[in-house]
Amino acid sequence: MKLIEVRNCYKVYKNGVTALANFNLEIEKGEFVFVIGASGSGKSSLVKMLYREEKPTKGEVIVGGVNVAKLKNRKVYKFRRKIGIVFQDFKLLPRLTVYENVAFGLENIGMKENEIKEKVAKALTRVGLKEKTRCFPNQLSGGEQQRVCIARAIVNEPKILICDEPTGNLDPDLSKEVVEVIEEINKTMGTTVIMATHDKEIVNKMKKRVVLIENGVLTGDYLKGRYKAHEGV
Amino acid sequence: MKVFRILKSNIKDAFKSVFRNFSLSFASVTCTTITLILVAVAIILSANVNSFTKDLEKDLTIVAFLDRDATTEDANSLTTLIKAIDNVDKNNIVYEDKEEVKANMQKESETFNSIMSSWTAEENHLQSLFTIKVEDVTKISETAKKVAALPKVDVVKYGEGMVDKLVLVFNTVKKASIVIVLSLVLVTAFLISNTIKLTIISRKTEIEIMRLIGTSNLVIKLPFLFEGFVLGVIGSIIPIFITIYGYIIAYDKMGGYVFSKIIKMINPNYFIFYVALILLGIGSIVGIFGSYRAVRKYLKI
Repeated sequence: MKLIEVRNCYKVYKNGVTALANFNLEIEKGEFVFVIGASGSGKSSLVKMLYREEKPTKGEVIVGGVNVAKLKNRKVYKFRRKIGIVFQDFKLLPRLTVYENVAFGLENIGMKENEIKEKVAKALTRVGLKEKTRCFPNQLSGGEQQRVCIARAIVNEPKILICDEPTGNLDPDLSKEVVEVIEEINKTMGTTVIMATHDKEIVNKMKKRVVLIENGVLTGDYLKGRYKAHEGV
Repeated sequence: MKVFRILKSNIKDAFKSVFRNFSLSFASVTCTTITLILVAVAIILSANVNSFTKDLEKDLTIVAFLDRDATTEDANSLTTLIKAIDNVDKNNIVYEDKEEVKANMQKESETFNSIMSSWTAEENHLQSLFTIKVEDVTKISETAKKVAALPKVDVVKYGEGMVDKLVLVFNTVKKASIVIVLSLVLVTAFLISNTIKLTIISRKTEIEIMRLIGTSNLVIKLPFLFEGFVLGVIGSIIPIFITIYGYIIAYDKMGGYVFSKIIKMINPNYFIFYVALILLGIGSIVGIFGSYRAVRKYLKI
């Protein structure tokens, strides 16, 4: 079953920059896909379209059965509740504790207190931060903060986890730790993962499907473990 | 309960943010306070003017003086004729013949008494008169003309002139105060809107994060509307106290009358609490309106 479909997609920004041109991509349920490319190659635009931060100029972007291009602004929040997003800069609310940050989205849906407690505990255990529930984000290391962000993204068990350069702000050791957590989620929960990154080391080590974007064009789609031979990027 | 929790956190956030942007919040609150004090003065004035002009109008009567040779029979037939005129309040037609008029005048003043006590019935040159009340005061001049046209009626007088002028002056004052108050309300709304704009800007990242993790638009917007509401309510506290205590003190000091016994003040009971409620209502509506404007303009979701 295809969970994500990008068809004949163009993204042209108002200043005339073409970020993506005639882009096609299909991602099956349960896959783990790396999206790689140099800075400015268009990978961020692709990822942003997947969670409807950007709209395609032309073509279709279908995520979990929702055509993102046709999604009305006032319905975006409902769409975002169905996907998990992990950001490069964590985007944690500084005034809330780890627990509150993870619980935040669930509270917004109006979930019952008990259910929230259970789910948050589960998510925090999964990312290995069970002991830090009462900490504030600024009391955590970068890796820990990113893991809180992951916990927040998966707490409602979404089918899709979109990671926009999750290791961009972390040193190699912490990067490894974060990516392992994401891989674990992909394996045990069956969550489809799309991760934009330019961290070659991780891509090479993980041996997953790799999508290569250059100047807004899809130039390579390597199945599991095939990418390592191409060290061109 | 989820609703109460959201409400509680919204109110908490609103107060926090009011104190965080203290200078601008203070400006909006002060502006609201001044506006509402003026609104209170305007409301109290116009309500009092309305009530006392109504009182005056109630007392407005047509006095028809009869010819000096008019007899009691003439008076009787005139009563039926006057009753036939529409707009005349049929139960409020009083006839006094000249002897009664003389007696009344003697009662009113010592000077009259000393002069008139020596008059005999023949020497009495006063005129018999009808005091007539009308149903609709605005048509009093037409009715007066009709009464004047009746036989044996010499002169007709009614409180023309004085009351009209008074009402006109008060109306002008009322209109001017409405214009001033309205423009002040607008300025207040604008100031509050500006305050909220600052809050929105200072919470930009937070808003962005909330959007990205699927917070509904209402939950994002609500705290800002609450902040405007809180600003409006804080701004109405002082005017409410000034109105309540100021009016009660003024009422007590003047014994319920202004200048003379004619102009009666409205009893502060209930009235003053209605005014307070109106002030609170205006304050909160202006606050919500101002923040709504800012949210519409600066909070793009």
